[in-house]
Amino acid sequence: MTAAVQRPDAERPLLDVRGLTAELSLEEGPVRAVDGVSFSVPPGGTLGVVGESGCGKSLTALSVLGLAPNPPVRVVGGEVLFQGRDLLKLPEAELRRLRGHHAAMVFQEPMTSLNPVFTVGEQIAEGVRLHLGASRAKARERAVEMLRQVGIPAPEERVDAYPHQLSGGMRQRVMIAMALACDPALLIADEPTTALDVTIQAQILDLLKRLQAERGMAVMLITHDLGVVAESCDTVVVMYAGRVVERAPVRELFSRPAHPYTAGLLRSIPSLQVATGEGGAASQRRLRAIPGMVPSLRRLPSGCAFRDRCDRALEICARVVPPLEPKRDGQLAACHNPVPVP
Amino acid sequence: MSSGPLLQVRDLKVHFPVRGGLLGRVRGAVKAVDGVGFDVVRGETLGLVGESGCGKSTLGRALLRLVEPTAGSIRFDGQELTGQSQRRLRPLRRRMQLVFQDPYASLNPRMTVREILGEPFAIHGLARERGEREREVSALVDAMGLPREALERYPHEFSGGQRQRIGIARAIALRPDLVVADEPISALDVSIQAQIVNLLVDLQRERGLTYVFIAHDLKIVEYVSTRVAVMYLGRIVELAPAAELYRRPRHPYTQALLSSVPVPDPGRARTRLLVPGEPPSPLNPPSGCAFHPRCPHVMERCRRESPPLYPLGGGHTAACFLVEGDSREVTAAPASGGDAGVLAQPPSPG
Ligand SMILES: Nc1ncnc2c1ncn2[C@@H]1O[C@H](COP(=O)(O)OP(=O)(O)OP(=O)(O)O)[C@@H](O)[C@H]1O
Ligand SMILES: Nc1ncnc2c1ncn2[C@@H]1O[C@H](COP(=O)(O)OP(=O)(O)OP(=O)(O)O)[C@@H](O)[C@H]1O
Ligand code: SF4
Ligand code: SF4
Ligand SMILES: [Mg+2]
Ligand SMILES: [Mg+2]
Repeated sequence: MTAAVQRPDAERPLLDVRGLTAELSLEEGPVRAVDGVSFSVPPGGTLGVVGESGCGKSLTALSVLGLAPNPPVRVVGGEVLFQGRDLLKLPEAELRRLRGHHAAMVFQEPMTSLNPVFTVGEQIAEGVRLHLGASRAKARERAVEMLRQVGIPAPEERVDAYPHQLSGGMRQRVMIAMALACDPALLIADEPTTALDVTIQAQILDLLKRLQAERGMAVMLITHDLGVVAESCDTVVVMYAGRVVERAPVRELFSRPAHPYTAGLLRSIPSLQVATGEGGAASQRRLRAIPGMVPSLRRLPSGCAFRDRCDRALEICARVVPPLEPKRDGQLAACHNPVPVP
Repeated sequence: MSSGPLLQVRDLKVHFPVRGGLLGRVRGAVKAVDGVGFDVVRGETLGLVGESGCGKSTLGRALLRLVEPTAGSIRFDGQELTGQSQRRLRPLRRRMQLVFQDPYASLNPRMTVREILGEPFAIHGLARERGEREREVSALVDAMGLPREALERYPHEFSGGQRQRIGIARAIALRPDLVVADEPISALDVSIQAQIVNLLVDLQRERGLTYVFIAHDLKIVEYVSTRVAVMYLGRIVELAPAAELYRRPRHPYTQALLSSVPVPDPGRARTRLLVPGEPPSPLNPPSGCAFHPRCPHVMERCRRESPPLYPLGGGHTAACFLVEGDSREVTAAPASGGDAGVLAQPPSPG
């Protein structure tokens, strides 16, 4: 593997996304599914992306690597600077080379991106041969090694399995193995641990941490699991209806969320301690969901998109879209009436 | 509907042949489910947890005969499911449904959500009148927190979490008696998880639904389950009422599993005691107690013998030699009260 670490000065982000905007063309006309999204990830850093289902996390990630299905998705604005180049301006052929190698993606649904007619070993080895010029035998060895690293038991046997012969969590780990096989500088992982139990999840997170420490790999991690965010991210971006509504260092985000939506998200986490000791099944208790539902992109309310679910809404919220701006040290939020520091 | 447990499972096995070599000869078997027995009581939620690859999905699918069991018996509402032709199973299909772990693979990409949700009614000749079916289908998308316009759209037009909810809606469309839900909410963010879990609990209360709830999130499982079964390498190693299992786990594996639950607090360093060691390979399972290579309490005997599920009273059973003594006390005492259909069925050895 290429041992030469290209580590620019730590200050310079490896990935710098500025004002990324993507439209979805629907019968009724175009809607903005990703609206002016900005964030950056330094080498060795981990950015977490959280937000309610359908808020545009996957489309943001796919747009960054030029993978969003076009049509119906079209990137209409912004810059995606990666290793100093704007990926949005790169020719498709170059982008493709970069994707398998320097920037890798783990997709949200493994079965949609694994090919059912090839063994998982063949699929991992393919990239290794293509991008690193490894021989067939070396590539296979690498595939076994990667399967071992993601915690698949008996990797020498499993390397010859077809995707349908593996469990859901194993398939997910095959995707991770495939993405990491070519030593990428950037890993974009879309819900990579949803199917994994805590033990294996911890193993995967440790593996990522090691690769980050050793090789300065940067990670953009989309997850709804706030436990994973707390454990592995440095900075967190919270999205709502296609926009970034809060961006903060992980500690601040958990201890003093500024955006009411973030605060609601943190309140919905069921806690084992609370549940234990109350005895028996859930029938009398209810989890705290944020009331209401995510608005349809087709009919976003005027002003702040969160306002009909917000208990802090003011009159101005219906008129003026709140800009994402610094609220307190290192913490940005798009809100007219942020949650005060507790 | 007769009385008695809704589902009775006895010594169920699902083995997948492993082929290899040039001729594709059978070299061995993955014993994905290897001697599992339990009952599911009407109206309860049986949680099923365990490490990735331990056989949860295979067991869930076998319960509905979506994968062919190698051996054993499954009775649904008193009727034997194994050995029945798919045609004979058809009338029962309506009453038992599966929520798939991978929603995308299970939704027909060429059908709109309206068609996907309407199909079960059509197949079983229910809600024939157009207006009625329309009402049913609309109520389903409302319940899932999806906008009505979702009805006109195709699966690929949804986000991962939205697709998962379409899968749940389809499973509950016909008001089945039993729903096997395979990781139904793991693709959802916490707020929507809460909404869906509340909905599942409401449906259970209103319609007396019975769930087998497969998940790796122990918090959610505790929250929804009446009882919880813990699986390890194709077998159930512990089964108990939810509160009891979480308060007093008896099997060393369950204890390790529970101490691994992460805390969402970035200030705190990781204090979790992870289950030590490597998960075993089902292609080559350890001798004796399958957990022995990773067990902190391993004894000589554990390497040779496979522990049966010992009854511990109050519907609690655990497959570990450490509880054998306690079990003797319990079984020696006069009937320990209403065991909610739990049987201490020893998995047949090897
Ligand atoms: N191909 C498509 N055609 C039409 N609409 C789409 C398409 N892909 C995504 N959308 C819509 O765009 C919005 C954002 O989708 P996206 O997949 O980015 O959500 P997400 O934040 O990743 O959600 P989840 O957490 O559920 O995965 C959703 O409302 C979704 O319905
Ligand atoms: N069709 C198949 N052919 C061969 N082996 C299979 C098949 N389906 C499952 N297996 C194997 O059976 C074992 C159990 O798989 P299963 O999908 O039931 O696990 P699981 O507990 O649901 O795991 P996860 O939490 O990762 O979804 C695994 O070792 C898997 O590789
Ligand atoms: S801008 Fe207003 S409505 Fe929006 S989150 Fe802030 S307080 Fe609530
Ligand atoms: S039977 Fe032995 S090895 Fe197995 S869990 Fe109990 S003490 Fe550990
Ligand atoms: Mg997504
Ligand atoms: Mg599974």
